[in-house]
Amino acid sequence: MIGAAALALVVAIVLMLVRALSGPTLYDRVLAVNSIGTKIVLLLGVLGFLTGRPDFLDISLLYALINFVATIAVLKFFRYRSFQVPLLRRSRGRKS
Amino acid sequence: MTGNEGAAEAIDLLNVGLLSILFIVAIAMARLRSLFAIVMLSGIYSLVSATWFVALDAVDVAFTEASVGAGISTALFLAAMVLTSRTAKPEKGATKIIPLLVVVVTGAVLVYATIDLPGFGDPSSPANTHVGIEYLARTKAEIGIPNVVTAVLASYRGFDTLGEVGVVFAAGLAVTLLLGFGERALGSSLSQGAGPAGQGSESSSEGGEVADD
Repeated sequence: MIGAAALALVVAIVLMLVRALSGPTLYDRVLAVNSIGTKIVLLLGVLGFLTGRPDFLDISLLYALINFVATIAVLKFFRYRSFQVPLLRRSRGRKS
Repeated sequence: MTGNEGAAEAIDLLNVGLLSILFIVAIAMARLRSLFAIVMLSGIYSLVSATWFVALDAVDVAFTEASVGAGISTALFLAAMVLTSRTAKPEKGATKIIPLLVVVVTGAVLVYATIDLPGFGDPSSPANTHVGIEYLARTKAEIGIPNVVTAVLASYRGFDTLGEVGVVFAAGLAVTLLLGFGERALGSSLSQGAGPAGQGSESSSEGGEVADD
């Protein structure tokens, strides 16, 4: 049963991959990458139970963190063209 | 891995599925021209291959692949992309054929080399007969952590790892200097009017794009 869940997750990754390959806009691709990362977190959790070692849950937690930070970084980069800008905009007072 | 036959079959199917995804992504990366799509696909490739490493029990390699491949190198590729154009030029003729030839020959040599390798988890392979047994037997008493690979990397070969950290630090420093994450990037995106005069026209137009909200 857990094996079937793992295979279903692989199918879901393939569906997201189609969106990443054919995505007309940039944000489709970013969303596809983020969503594939989420599926991979789930797949790692399932994989731990499949091999009888649920210690893999730690790894999937770390992957969730990396996925989140990477998505924020990509989106921030496309908004500001730089990593040096704070997420809260404080530059408004400087400009005027 | 476990006594359960169904689980072993599911893991085999999982490996096939993950490798097929890697194959599709690699082909798509070679054929696409939009650099942003290629960067996103390389992130997907790193994530999927890291999962495959976990399925093969190489947890440390998977950690490195996920953090470096999916995290840092995606950011570095994006930073490099800002300095160049957004699409790759289409190649034609010999520039298309020669890389394919090199890849096919290298792949054939690697497949030929795997014929001699011992089987996966073979107890009589050289890695499991000589010094590996010593590490497995003494790690628990000498280091006291359950993961033998981590014990070897961080303690038995500590100086080797320290040297690697130095190399990675130097490489990161060089890349940061080349791409300019510091004042140059900050100046081009925030202070478009008061920036230094040496900025190109592209960066000033980006500054205008940022300023419009």
